[in-house]
Amino acid sequence: MTSLDRKLIRELWRLRAQVLAIALVIASGTALLIMALTTIEALEETTAAYYERTRFADMFAEAKRAPEYLGRDIAEIPGVRIAETRIVEGAILDMPGFSEPVVARLMSLPERGPELLNALVIRSGRLADPTRPDEVVVSEPFAEAHRLKPGDSFDAILRGRKRNLQVVGTALSPEYVYAIAPGGLMPDDERFGVLWMGRDALAAAFDLKASFNSVTLSLLPDANERDVIRRLDGLLSPFGGIGAYLRADQTSNWFLESEIAQQKNMSRIMPAIFLAVAAFLTNMVMARLIQTERREIGLLKAFGYGNWAIGWHFAKMVLVIGTIGVLMGSVIGAWLGHWNTELYTKFYRFPFLLYRPGPAGFVIAGAISLGAALAGSLAAVRSAVRLPPAEAMQPPSPPIYRRSFAARTVLAGALDEPSRMILRRIIRWPVRAFLASLGLAMSVAVLIMALQWVDAIDSLAESVFERAQHQDATVAFSDLQPIGAIREFEHMPGVLAAEPYRFVSARINNGHLIERQGIVGVPTGAILSPVFDVERGRLEVPPGGLMLSVKLAELLEVKAGDTVVVELLEGRQPRVSLPVLQIFETYIGKPAYMDMAALNRIAGDGRVISGIHIRVDASSRTALLTTLKDTPHIAAVLFRHAAIDTFYKTMGETILIFVGFFVAFSMTLSVGVTYNSIRIALSERARELATLRVLGFSRWEISYILLGEVGLLTWVAIPLGAVIGFSLAWYMTSAFETELYRVPLVLRDATYGKAALIALAATLACAAIVRRRLDKLDLIAVLKTRE
Amino acid sequence: MEKDTSATALQARDLIKIYRMGTVDVHALRGVDVDLREGELVVLLGPSGSGKSTLLNILGGLDRPTSGSVMFRDREIDMNNERTLNLYRRNHVGFVFQFYNLIPSLTARENVALVTEIARDPMPPSRALAMVGLGDRLDHFPAQLSGGEQQRVAIARAIAKRPDLLLCDEPTGALDSKTGVLVLDAILRINRELGTTTALITHNAVIAEIANRVLYFADGRIVETRLNSGQRAPSELAW
Repeated sequence: MTSLDRKLIRELWRLRAQVLAIALVIASGTALLIMALTTIEALEETTAAYYERTRFADMFAEAKRAPEYLGRDIAEIPGVRIAETRIVEGAILDMPGFSEPVVARLMSLPERGPELLNALVIRSGRLADPTRPDEVVVSEPFAEAHRLKPGDSFDAILRGRKRNLQVVGTALSPEYVYAIAPGGLMPDDERFGVLWMGRDALAAAFDLKASFNSVTLSLLPDANERDVIRRLDGLLSPFGGIGAYLRADQTSNWFLESEIAQQKNMSRIMPAIFLAVAAFLTNMVMARLIQTERREIGLLKAFGYGNWAIGWHFAKMVLVIGTIGVLMGSVIGAWLGHWNTELYTKFYRFPFLLYRPGPAGFVIAGAISLGAALAGSLAAVRSAVRLPPAEAMQPPSPPIYRRSFAARTVLAGALDEPSRMILRRIIRWPVRAFLASLGLAMSVAVLIMALQWVDAIDSLAESVFERAQHQDATVAFSDLQPIGAIREFEHMPGVLAAEPYRFVSARINNGHLIERQGIVGVPTGAILSPVFDVERGRLEVPPGGLMLSVKLAELLEVKAGDTVVVELLEGRQPRVSLPVLQIFETYIGKPAYMDMAALNRIAGDGRVISGIHIRVDASSRTALLTTLKDTPHIAAVLFRHAAIDTFYKTMGETILIFVGFFVAFSMTLSVGVTYNSIRIALSERARELATLRVLGFSRWEISYILLGEVGLLTWVAIPLGAVIGFSLAWYMTSAFETELYRVPLVLRDATYGKAALIALAATLACAAIVRRRLDKLDLIAVLKTRE
Repeated sequence: MEKDTSATALQARDLIKIYRMGTVDVHALRGVDVDLREGELVVLLGPSGSGKSTLLNILGGLDRPTSGSVMFRDREIDMNNERTLNLYRRNHVGFVFQFYNLIPSLTARENVALVTEIARDPMPPSRALAMVGLGDRLDHFPAQLSGGEQQRVAIARAIAKRPDLLLCDEPTGALDSKTGVLVLDAILRINRELGTTTALITHNAVIAEIANRVLYFADGRIVETRLNSGQRAPSELAW
């Protein structure tokens, strides 16, 4: 080992606190990037493996009632490898000890042999025995929510008839990785469950003997998907088919893919910002650290060390610090990635989890972090070696201070000398002061960006659940009901108001652009669940055309005034051209609305409704729930308060925890920058401060001179950080949108306040630590020999 | 010891150095001519600010003159070539500074090794330290050594590469006279045993007695040159 390397090791040890602080900054950025990259990798790999092992279907189609022999015709469509028919129905369950009606999806199991497609993964117990019509397998999350185990039983209303069902097993299905009730947004395992039972039993209960109402297909690799859809729709349309769709549009998979897309967004934006900030800070801190090494650089040059040798020496220093940071970041990032992926499996139910991160994420994160640290530091080394050694070894000549205009004012006369020293230093080196302030401001900014999520989610929930919706519950019918059915509900106990709606599955086309998006028919003067724009509020639906959400309009590339072709996928399946009358902004989904009467006219089913929104008097709620449990034709009941609860629960367990990490990392940044700024200021000014001590200044007075500058820069940093934080939040929200979510840009005053307080706390803590060093400084020794 | 007949090791002509200190031009050297002969010990004497250190820095390739030339063994040094200066310092010059300038994180032996590792024909660090009387303090860190010992480590570091020129800037400036004598002894011994051409700055006139030749500095010029008829041993000096 050369003497220079020995010097390096001992220097690093001497500066260990600073080294650690810089390494932590680098580690924060690295960890976040690795967490995001490996989470995506794990989710994608797990999904792919799960789908493959359980033979998840490529295409899905539903019909009202198709004869069983049609299954053979479907299997013979060119490009189809396997077609499996089945029965899928809705039911209301009356769970013991749970007052609200529970929505269930009933799926048939083949009478003989294993499932050809969408195989269940049995988690406990066994599959249902086809000869015992009351045996069911229940979805595992639902079983967990209601503490069901094989041997338990509960009541279910199947087509208006109450049956007692026996649980024989629990299972997971690739079709319900993300298990949400029809019309729901987030999994609510208490209020929605999936049950599997023998096909004959289900056929008997729903009068579907020798028939099916759902078919799933796997395709050959070279299949023409559009052609298969066209032929399948042709076969099913006489039997009430509502349009085949691909795996990409399957609800659970769509949410899962959206989540992965969102993670990808997240992995691009947040860690990129973090890494950029970390790089900037590393750059700044290393540059100042190397400036304090100026004398030793001169000395090494005096001995005849070349610029490259000196550059490499400091590069090694940076590489060691960077490597410590990257290693810490990798370990933390891998751990967080695993943890984060496991968190997902609470909402996305997989029977197994593949977390086997490849090297790519680590290599990318490591290269970026080290590169940033090196780039910043080498610039400082270059400027240091450029000085002639005689000059480098001298302490820098006293800087020129000037009495500025402000110094001559009365105000300046009131300042004491220490305060004047602080101000003059800042005015003398405005760029350095600005950069130090900017560093602190960046940590405040990242903090604001992270905390903004909490505001955004609150605002999103308020907009969606409080301002846009006023119903207490939404009842969805299993079949279309005449509009008169509303009267039955109006007379139920506790119902204060009822408002119908119509929903039709549809494909909306603009030239070659096609979106499968159901259309909601809203009655004139709707109040409980009107069309709602996030800024303009409630909108009246004009007759004779469509109202599209901004996201849907973007996907279809249309604007108000354009015409689109709408194919309704139910009933007579009409195909009509409709004008786009208005575009409105939503935070969730990509809905399309129409006047209910107009929609009914086009559909041609007469004056019918798909469900109703109701307002309920809280005191009669229990009576209403009992009534609803026994009411026929109900496919689902969705409660707004339950939706709000699940929303916050889901957000609380995913995004908010995620935000917690960002806050922790932001604080690390803040501490890293502040600590280094103060330590470097101390080494730059040790002689000056020692001189002042000798002249009779007290410890507190010299502390004031040293820390006052950092304090003042922190105050400047906070408003600057607020401005940068707002810009970052704006960039992030605009880059973050997916088909599922748009995040509103909302920043409460309290958020700025919190960020400011955290930054101040970090500064105070660091100042306290450095001040203790100031007390321990051997001032006489500093004066005796040159530093 | 008379060295009049020996070859010229270093020759400087018409050196001018102007520093810009903020808004003021400082004339540190106003046209200096100087010759150092092989093996000679020259003392530069003068008040602070008279230009001694500036001259020494330029002669050692640590700084560049504003104008003028420096010839080392009859070859002109290209003062504007960073690489040339670096090789000149590495291969021919050893420095001793007033404030020792040891690397605090390296032991005495390692401080010397820092230089021997890049030198062409160095002596072992332990031998260099033995020459300055520190053979038993090899593994001490600077903080564990007295001022005189630290300065002797700095001398060992400067001579370990067997330099052709030893340039000492106030080597005893921070030391008491007893310790200063030890340091001067070490320098003189190197000068005699290795035949190293040595230039030493001091503002202490007594020290000038150990030199072959004394150059008096004032206001950026050499105002007087004196040949010592006989060198005195440092132990005979007192200040």
